[in-house]
Amino acid sequence: MPAAAQSQSSFRLIARAAGVVAVALLAIAAQPAPKQAATLPKERYLSPIEMAFSKDGHELYVVCQDSDEVRVVDIASGKVSRKIPVGHVPRGIGLSPDGRRLYVTNAWSDTVSVIDSASWEVVETLPTGFEPAGVAVDAKGDFLYVANRLSSDISVIDLKSGVEIKRLLAGRGASYLTLSPDGKIYGTHIYPNPGAFRTQPASEITVIDTASQTVVERKLLRNVAGMFHIAFSSDGKLGVVAQLRPKNLIPLAHVEHGWAFGDSLTLIGSDVGGTVQVPLDELDRYYALPWGVTIAPDKSKIFLTTAGSESVTVVDVPRLLKTIRTRRESFVNDLSASAEYVSARIPVGHNPRGLVLSPDGERLYVANRLDDSITVIDTQTNTVANTIDLGGPKNVDALRRGERLFYTADFAFQGQFGCSNCHLDATIDGLQWDLEPDGFGKDIVDNRSLENLAGTEPFKWNGGNPDMPTECGPRTEKFFFRSQSFTEQQLTDLVTFVYSLPYRPNRYRLANGELTPAQERGQAIFERTKSKNGLPIAEANQCTYCHSGPKYTNQKQIDVGSGKLTDRSPIIDVPQLPNVAYSAPYLHDGSARSLEEIWTVFNPKDTHGVTNDLTKDELNDLVEYLKTL
Amino acid sequence: MKLRLWFAALAFGLASLAAAQDMPMFRWVNFMTADGLPDNHVFCVLVDGKRIWAGTENGLGLYENGAWRVFRPADGLAHQAVLSLALDHRTGDLWAGTMGGLSRISAGRIDTYTQLNSGLSNDIVYGVGVQGDFVWTATAAGASRLNTRTGQWDLFNERNTPMYEIWTYSVSPAADKVYYAVWGGGVLEYDQPSGRWKDYNDPDGETELVLMKDQGLIHEVTTSVSYVDKILWVATYFGASRYDGRYWHNFLQKDSGLPSNFLNQVKAIDANRAWFSTDKGLAYYDGTNWAVYTPALDTHKPEMLVRDAAGSVHNIAVQSAPAHNYVLGVDFQGDDLWVATAKGLSHGIRLDRSSSTAKVLKQTASGKKR
Repeated sequence: MPAAAQSQSSFRLIARAAGVVAVALLAIAAQPAPKQAATLPKERYLSPIEMAFSKDGHELYVVCQDSDEVRVVDIASGKVSRKIPVGHVPRGIGLSPDGRRLYVTNAWSDTVSVIDSASWEVVETLPTGFEPAGVAVDAKGDFLYVANRLSSDISVIDLKSGVEIKRLLAGRGASYLTLSPDGKIYGTHIYPNPGAFRTQPASEITVIDTASQTVVERKLLRNVAGMFHIAFSSDGKLGVVAQLRPKNLIPLAHVEHGWAFGDSLTLIGSDVGGTVQVPLDELDRYYALPWGVTIAPDKSKIFLTTAGSESVTVVDVPRLLKTIRTRRESFVNDLSASAEYVSARIPVGHNPRGLVLSPDGERLYVANRLDDSITVIDTQTNTVANTIDLGGPKNVDALRRGERLFYTADFAFQGQFGCSNCHLDATIDGLQWDLEPDGFGKDIVDNRSLENLAGTEPFKWNGGNPDMPTECGPRTEKFFFRSQSFTEQQLTDLVTFVYSLPYRPNRYRLANGELTPAQERGQAIFERTKSKNGLPIAEANQCTYCHSGPKYTNQKQIDVGSGKLTDRSPIIDVPQLPNVAYSAPYLHDGSARSLEEIWTVFNPKDTHGVTNDLTKDELNDLVEYLKTL
Repeated sequence: MKLRLWFAALAFGLASLAAAQDMPMFRWVNFMTADGLPDNHVFCVLVDGKRIWAGTENGLGLYENGAWRVFRPADGLAHQAVLSLALDHRTGDLWAGTMGGLSRISAGRIDTYTQLNSGLSNDIVYGVGVQGDFVWTATAAGASRLNTRTGQWDLFNERNTPMYEIWTYSVSPAADKVYYAVWGGGVLEYDQPSGRWKDYNDPDGETELVLMKDQGLIHEVTTSVSYVDKILWVATYFGASRYDGRYWHNFLQKDSGLPSNFLNQVKAIDANRAWFSTDKGLAYYDGTNWAVYTPALDTHKPEMLVRDAAGSVHNIAVQSAPAHNYVLGVDFQGDDLWVATAKGLSHGIRLDRSSSTAKVLKQTASGKKR
């Protein structure tokens, strides 16, 4: 063997050995993470997410998601003056027109806490739909509107009686509401509306007439998936929505070759003469996850938080409107455009979400969700004037470190996106992605839930990643982000956080834990070992074979006939089933739009369980049971 | 004696004339494809304030501000043939039963439920109704109920109700009861508080004969139910029935003002008044008298016939008539009517009584119509 070749071979051997050692070290460092999570003393962080000003502007009400409370900040002193316990995982806040009542949605309690702003007590708790988020009161203070994220509807509550009088159909993942100066309620939603497989996602702005309490318009937003706050100018002529434009239909091969998400705004109203989408990113720098948005009282500026980029973007409204008037065709994909109207990028804390202007417009308050603080910005100079400490724990533990990593876009090439771009609020995004660099339309994968993942390994739809460190490490940081790697500590923290994500409450189980008759019948079908003609069902084709154990997965990779011609392999990792009702669409590629379609469309040969002998009633029962898992 | 008879005849004649003058009169405006209607074969019509929805064989039409807008499968509608319509008055959402599933039209957005993508029992949705948070459907394979808050579907068929035929044709839900017309299976009643089902059938069991009139449902081949003011009205292919919870009263062509025993729909106004869509015209019953509106079957000229309680029939002079004698459905817009026919959609504009004094053309013998 020539010396050079021998040297090369030795180098390869050493490199390989080093690689093995590195992976082993990484595994050692990362492996204990899930176990760590269970034993770590969890700090009770506050996680401020939304805010509202008191009528007189003297107090700031801050919704603290993780401490289940509203904290009241005295503006003059910059100190927390009160703490009001509310329901579980509060997410939104609204005020009555006279300022005497605060309405706080409790996402995991499915309620609204009504707080008397004089006594500071919760005087009433109103039931809502599944996972309430945004809330708004009509101009007269007669009706409360609550956006329900999981039931994708809007509760209309009569505030005199406290009775929910009806639910209005909203976009999927209904989340944010605002009362416009014209008296209508406008709503947004974080997941795209259901559509045909492999088509451009679409969302809507839901417009509610408060006189009739009905939806009177749905403004269609093409290629938008992920809409967040919506705000109006005081004259009502300009509305703005913070949003994402995903590029999920073509391979997400190399982000350095083009953006994966377009961080953008939709503008509506007579100032723009319709619906206009505009970009916020720059050619070589992205401002990930635009979330909170508000417009200055004099309509000179739009302020928005970019939750993944940990900054506030300031848009010059006259220049923006001039750009819109000048450019006759859509320029939402022209990243050079933002230079014409973005006037400032102001760094703030970790994962900034809600923001609110002081009544005089002089100060902007930004909730730094993962810092337990409020950044105060001087809106004249676009500089940070102050930071208000809300009084959370000072220790930043592994969970919080990991959560910050999960929500930041700093690790992706040009800051394009972070984990939470696809896992919005650590859930899903309702999209199917073409992730692999194997050609257009190959190996399409649906976004999987992250709830309670420990014990469901391996990961990826083909089970290719044996553990979470691999999934979050080489898979995410190297393949997706194409930028700096996590340190071992960071990877451990990130894995610790991901493994800590709990199940959301299941709304389909009865409070007493029993099953309804339909659910019981469905359970019998799920657990059956014989088909209806009495013949035994092969063990490997029984539901409980693959979907076994506490998380309803045997953690194996199996061909159940759901593979498509465009898949490299029909072998699919068995997914866990708890809270399966929340994660439509289904199958590895999201081709089944509903639980029913898994069997009515994609199981013609009884390879994904024996279901073709079931009547429609029985299939419905099976679905009702699955929803309880 | 002669004088008495003369007065009796005069009183009878005046009463008949009064009946004729009391019956509603309309100026009929008819819509065809040339006017923008999606198709001339109109299965159903629904009034939504100032808006009119028409379910046709080739699309769903929306008439608003003097113009038609058409929804078809390309717009997201489940199927082009729209068989039934129901309005959720609380939300303003429209539910359309089609030959290919159930569509929800909400402020322009269309979501579709089929037997493949949802728990809907069958894609042929003959009837649909909304009660509170529940949407009830009558399909070719039994009844379905969707809970719009939870997304749960409940199916009702031969396995859990007395439904020995599963071809459900029409549904009329109310807060206390839900009624189904089961084609060939009589009427099914669902008691909301108890969740129990009960069936009503033709007591004589004869498919062509009526042996026991007023002792039960007139016939098993039911096509439509309308439950208003705790009174059930039923249309069949062999007459109509009214049931007050204790007594049945049946209506046949031979002993009522119905122009035909072949009924496609009944729609009640209240406990005493109802409209009947038949294959030989549109009929109205005010609790005592009858009126029939149709293009004459022979001459096709506009015709309005009024039959009083005594059976005297008067031909009232009219200038217009519904688009066709084969009537499939009706809905009310205040005092106006909208009528779905086999060849066009008709708008009956109620004429002011002072300017529409009925002019009797001809009085015919009791029970006979010209």
